[in-house]
Amino acid sequence: MNPDILRILPEVILTLTGVTIMLLDASLPLGWPRWPLGGVGAIGTTLALWASLWQLSLPEGTGFYATIETSAFTVFFHVLICGIVLVALLLSLDTLPEESHHQGEFYALIVFGAVGMCLLTGAVELLLVFIALEISSIATYVLAGYRKETARGPEAAIKYFLLGSFATAFLLYGIALIFGATGTTGIYEIARLAPGAENHSLVLAGMGLMLVGILFKVSAAPFHVWTPDVYEGAPSPVVALMSTAPKAAAFALLLRVVYEMLPSLRPVWEPLLWVVAVLSMTVGNLAALRQQNVKRMLGYSSIAHAGYLLAAFAGLGPSGIAAASFYTAAYAAMNVGIFAVITVAGGYDEKLPLIDDFRGLVHRSPLLGCLLIFFLASLVGIPFTGGFFGKLVSFSAAIGGGANWLVLIGLLNSGLAAAYYLRLALVAAQPSDDQRSAAAAPQVGVAVGAALLLAVAVTLTLGIVPGNVLRAAEAAAHTLQAPPAEGGVPAIALEPR
Amino acid sequence: MNEINNSILTLILLAPLAGAVLVLLMPERGRLPNWIALATSLATFGLTLHLPAHFSLAADAPRFQFEINRMSIELSSNSVESHGIFYHVGVDGLSLWLVVLVGLLAPVGVVASWNAIHSRRKVFFALFLVQQTAMFGVFLSLDLILYYGFWELSLVPMAILIAMYGRKDGPRAALKFFLFTFIPSAPLLVAILWLYARTGSFDFATLQQWIVSGTLPAGALWWVALAFLFAFAVKVPVFPLHGWVAETFNEAPVALAMVVAGKLGLYSMLRFHIGLFPAQARAVAPVLVGLAVVGILYGACLALVQRDFWRLMAFAALSHLSLITLGIYGLTLTGWEGAVYQILSHGVVDGALFLLLGALYDSYSTSQIGAYGGLAAKLPRTATFFVFGSLAMIGLPMLSGFIGEFLILLGTFTGVSKGWAIAATLGVILGAAYMLWLVQRLFFGPESALAASKPPKDLRAGQMAVLWPLAALMLAMGVAPMLWLTTIETGVHPPQTELKSSEKQAAGAKAPDRFAAFSAQLKSCPDTKPDFSAGCDASANSMHGEVAR
Repeated sequence: MNPDILRILPEVILTLTGVTIMLLDASLPLGWPRWPLGGVGAIGTTLALWASLWQLSLPEGTGFYATIETSAFTVFFHVLICGIVLVALLLSLDTLPEESHHQGEFYALIVFGAVGMCLLTGAVELLLVFIALEISSIATYVLAGYRKETARGPEAAIKYFLLGSFATAFLLYGIALIFGATGTTGIYEIARLAPGAENHSLVLAGMGLMLVGILFKVSAAPFHVWTPDVYEGAPSPVVALMSTAPKAAAFALLLRVVYEMLPSLRPVWEPLLWVVAVLSMTVGNLAALRQQNVKRMLGYSSIAHAGYLLAAFAGLGPSGIAAASFYTAAYAAMNVGIFAVITVAGGYDEKLPLIDDFRGLVHRSPLLGCLLIFFLASLVGIPFTGGFFGKLVSFSAAIGGGANWLVLIGLLNSGLAAAYYLRLALVAAQPSDDQRSAAAAPQVGVAVGAALLLAVAVTLTLGIVPGNVLRAAEAAAHTLQAPPAEGGVPAIALEPR
Repeated sequence: MNEINNSILTLILLAPLAGAVLVLLMPERGRLPNWIALATSLATFGLTLHLPAHFSLAADAPRFQFEINRMSIELSSNSVESHGIFYHVGVDGLSLWLVVLVGLLAPVGVVASWNAIHSRRKVFFALFLVQQTAMFGVFLSLDLILYYGFWELSLVPMAILIAMYGRKDGPRAALKFFLFTFIPSAPLLVAILWLYARTGSFDFATLQQWIVSGTLPAGALWWVALAFLFAFAVKVPVFPLHGWVAETFNEAPVALAMVVAGKLGLYSMLRFHIGLFPAQARAVAPVLVGLAVVGILYGACLALVQRDFWRLMAFAALSHLSLITLGIYGLTLTGWEGAVYQILSHGVVDGALFLLLGALYDSYSTSQIGAYGGLAAKLPRTATFFVFGSLAMIGLPMLSGFIGEFLILLGTFTGVSKGWAIAATLGVILGAAYMLWLVQRLFFGPESALAASKPPKDLRAGQMAVLWPLAALMLAMGVAPMLWLTTIETGVHPPQTELKSSEKQAAGAKAPDRFAAFSAQLKSCPDTKPDFSAGCDASANSMHGEVAR
């Protein structure tokens, strides 16, 4: 078998799964239930996850004319993204209404989005980066507007699409400028040529534009304005997906761009990211404090978390990359978890949009209430949860890089953030005298139960025994740092002395 | 036996957690969660008793005993050594009895919640037991991240339970409590991470050596020490930082109000502020002594004018905890021993008093002192135990409160300044005033309408079964303090010598001040136990006279 194909095996599996879902959807008779299509998607995603793990046994390197890479780094993010997609599919299985006519499309779009995200983490060629980003973005634009019957759904989709394509254009201009400066779009080639071009205006401008495009995707301030609106309008299982998986992919891209492509420009991008980190934390937390809508609040909280994650970029070399990768995983686990709880508690038509609607959840449904509090505790950063350990490694890397003030601001911010997370948690813990809502205790189905279990298990694992994941993140960090071994000769050696 | 010694601390940490899981798994039928929680807490208490039984007092015994130290999470490694977070727990004289105290108060808390908690018993008792684990963890951890983990974890069950079972506005009080402790912890974590970045270790003993060695930049170390102190001072609370106390006491379920204030913060001050940063602690000690005395008087004055007994107890706690802070930052050996002893005594006495007040609240559902009156005739047992507890609290000789207060005031008088000691003593007198006045208003005088309206419901057998041992303990701690003090003094010695060594480095040619002189004096006494032997104390006093001149 062509070894190049093996390097994109997870993507191939996911694509086949998506196509299968679409064909099945078209060929199944009208009255038949469509939820098994989601099951097909879940199986395909699980296979892709195993395929990514299997890729660890491949020799590290690139394929398809040095456009796509397999390494510990790509495997780390592939597994993360496939895991998130799997949870999102399981979540949708139980919550999408039976009478919905577009279930097949829904599952297929999720899987196609996953193809783009996986491709994005593996791409080492800027044009492939752009294509991968578009594949994942277009899928998420459509998913954001899946609830066509509400006014908020199309609003969210249009906002996301317009702003998103604008941001992608920035990224493309940046790529073009960097191509103009270096004459190549290969990330390793650029890394080899950039050290002489620190002050080259095209490189600087190109990097700036690319950063704008990527920071938009991770919803860091000041490129965050779309986040709360889109989260509010999109269905909850989709928000569980799009608040984590595309962000994980975008962070992988950011790591690749700043640490692998332009490490020599560190004096330029480090202060930039410092400012963006502080802005994101502060803006996100301050805005979240005043929200009444749960999904908007979590939208702002995800902006703040992007800030905590960016703090890790102040870390030097591998420690910064490892910390950022680990935090991405921890954030994904707990954020998927909390959206899963909100999905189950509120249902597809979102009966509980406001914080006050959650009053007495612990008394109505102790399981969901306790899970809600657990994930909120993790978001606050309570020890023995993934959220705490993620913050610990992220801030520890930043302190190692000498960014003491950034860490102090970050931790004070997380203290501030505790206020709004706790408001929700404590409202849920408060006894409610409302008998009407007591009757509507939400049911937890098998698929959703599995999704919740997965999220809880990962969040706890990352908080109590994070050793293995931490090692994986470190291995990932080292592959990102090492010079590419192409044809047995490091690219750097080609440079004439 | 050796195997038990090597794993006892893990067992103590896991037992309440296992109980919590069991509570959650079992059906919520009748009082089943209560019984499981009671069994778990009694078993855990039994486990903690293993510690004093096998704690070695021999001169060559290691400082930390029952120690477990193994790498739990590797953060970075190179060919020579690897750094990371260790599961490092151990017990010394300082923490030994505090661990036992936490174990003792758990069954008391369960009994106090027996009838008070009507709904969602599973959630309540599961979280109550998780709280136990967190508190054990704080006292046992010798790795700073592990310690920080338990320190933060202890907030969560408390906040949730206050929100769930608050009397009036639970969520507000819970939020206030949580944020008041959580936000000051942020600088604490920054400080810990900074230390790690500089030394590559989270280990208590290793960091101690690093700091004493003087290789860390002194300016930054100042800020680090201050971050530690700030986090602890809020938790205690020290005078201007006490904003959360009254509301929390007002809203918290009785079982948690017993444990909410004091112990964790005071222990952390002794272990991690004075223990790690002796030189910096010495510099801020005068400020803290002043704040502590203000806190004693302020708390006592406010307690005098409260109309609600939970709030009265909150300000009484502020006053008592400030007294203990005074003992800690007087930086005298006597003061430290008194402080640890007073933490123990305060825990036992407060446990009993809260149990009694909780029983009163359950049957009369008001905490307004004015509504009560003349209960002594109807509830003779409650009244008797309450009077006994109050006497122990105000420091009547032969009861537990006296020993700690006496040692703290003695240490302050001889080691710090006579003025502060006299001012603090004034607070003790005020303490007697508000406690006795409370007793009088609750139990004596003419029978109030409220007392007459309900049939008398005196203590149940379960409550008696808890109160008798507590009362006996108050008496035993009052007449035979050496049972506890011999162990405690092995724990408070080490910071002393470190203070001296760091002082040597810092002061250099400067003449040894009163502190060094005092500790030297204590060392020269053949028997260093504060057994009130006239010779030792008198010579210590004369020594101070000399130094003062």
